[in-house]
Amino acid sequence: MIKTLDVETIRKDFPIFKTGIAYLDSANTSQRPRQVTAAMVEYFEKFNSNVHRAAYRIAEEATVRYEATREKVRDLINAASTKEIIYTRGTTEAINLVAYSWGRKHIKHGDLIVLTLLEHHSNIVPWQILAAEKGATIEYVDIDERGELRLDQFQKLLEHSPKLVAFGQVSNALGTINPAQEMVAAAKAAGATVLVDGAQGAPHQGVDVRALGCDFYAFSGHKMLGPTGAGILYGRRELLEAMDPFMSGGDMIKAVRIEGTTYHELPWKFEAGTQAIAEVIGLGAAVDYLSALGMDAVRAHEREITEYAYEALSDVEGLTLYGPPPSRRAGVISFSIEGIHPHDLATIADRDQVCLRAGHHCAMPLMTRLGVAATARASFYVYTQKDEVDRLVGSIKEAQRIFK
Amino acid sequence: MSTRAGTAADDQFYREYILDHYKNPRNFGRLENPDISHEEDNPLCGDVIGMDFRVKDGVIEDIRFHGRGCAISQASASLLTERLKGLPLEDAKKIGKADVLGELGIDISPARIKCALLSLKVLKVGAYGLAGNDEDEE
Repeated sequence: MIKTLDVETIRKDFPIFKTGIAYLDSANTSQRPRQVTAAMVEYFEKFNSNVHRAAYRIAEEATVRYEATREKVRDLINAASTKEIIYTRGTTEAINLVAYSWGRKHIKHGDLIVLTLLEHHSNIVPWQILAAEKGATIEYVDIDERGELRLDQFQKLLEHSPKLVAFGQVSNALGTINPAQEMVAAAKAAGATVLVDGAQGAPHQGVDVRALGCDFYAFSGHKMLGPTGAGILYGRRELLEAMDPFMSGGDMIKAVRIEGTTYHELPWKFEAGTQAIAEVIGLGAAVDYLSALGMDAVRAHEREITEYAYEALSDVEGLTLYGPPPSRRAGVISFSIEGIHPHDLATIADRDQVCLRAGHHCAMPLMTRLGVAATARASFYVYTQKDEVDRLVGSIKEAQRIFK
Repeated sequence: MSTRAGTAADDQFYREYILDHYKNPRNFGRLENPDISHEEDNPLCGDVIGMDFRVKDGVIEDIRFHGRGCAISQASASLLTERLKGLPLEDAKKIGKADVLGELGIDISPARIKCALLSLKVLKVGAYGLAGNDEDEE
């Protein structure tokens, strides 16, 4: 039996809630518990120094703490080795790294790249730049009326032997949970290299990259209780070994001679320059926090709150919900209100200290497909309680009263 | 923490005339064969505003706007067209950020300033060919 989250106790770890906000924008960035900030402050106050370089005790301590996050993350996503865990600034940098280091080597003129209409811009634009440079083609898997991927169309595209398939595990705009394992298996069978954008996946459910079978998996620390500026690229070792560096400079080298340079081994080959040390240590504390809660319990709580919110919003007159039913989505609900622009709704919600996202959610191709310019979006996490959803419904009714 | 108004009419931000311009926009639609036609969008929220101008002897004889967006962007555009109709182009060029915000008559937060000034951008870029992204200019 899955344990349930004690949300009241959890909320005590998040000082920001003392301000009285109802925070419904965790798909954008999560809040951070004091354990995360404490780990960062401890680094600053007790062993602030650079990693991998210095021969004194506090630098050794910094290096140990910095590298410890790698093992925590490896364990979280069940990677085979810490050599497969590359620190990046976030999902965007992780995908750019693959597009640059893997893509420029392997994508050739006339090659096919398969993406989906559910993608965040960060899983579209790097591939568009690569495709334009190489003369490759991009095809997008469409969605059905429930906001779920057209797997029949995906299968058809796979018949054209794409070189790369890249898709999000969970849609940031609609919350759609894609059948990632099935899609990876099909794409691999078709001979493609597969990148899974886990920005909305890893924070919300248990991830096993080996069971998933993908070649690359990218995610951000700041959406999973960690600070901004620290994210992860997982890559299968043999692919990473064969890739050239992304950024170059200090720390990623073995030896620099004027005749040429040999690169450091994995994972440091991809980590040039002084890294976001405090942020990586903070990410480690965030992984500890989530691991203690248990990712199954995290998912169960989000599902409960999503079902509650879906019901509550369904009862509001003039409200349109986008995307699949709550059982098939993560803790994200996109909606619109007849006669009220999402920005106006967000402004009115903000007066009630309800933090709501309004816009295209960095998924303009999806918005175009849905025929809307923008939606309002509420998203949930481990600390979200039903009262915050009730406050959102109150703000919507207030907006309807103003705009009646 | 909440500043709820008793009725919509006394809401300090969504004032009655703003909502009126939003729901019943003035000079809304298109002109046939306009002398100037220009459209701008706000990439952040997908709001779009376009304006068609008929200019005769240097005077804006007629004007229409079209587009979609929030109450602030639409009301701002509607108010601006009222001001522009019948105005010499030379005078229209003098309209600035402060005029548009003054006309709206509400406190605009940094998050909404682009909404409020989208129509001014259409005027500036379209009507007299100034480059966009000049919101900081007075």
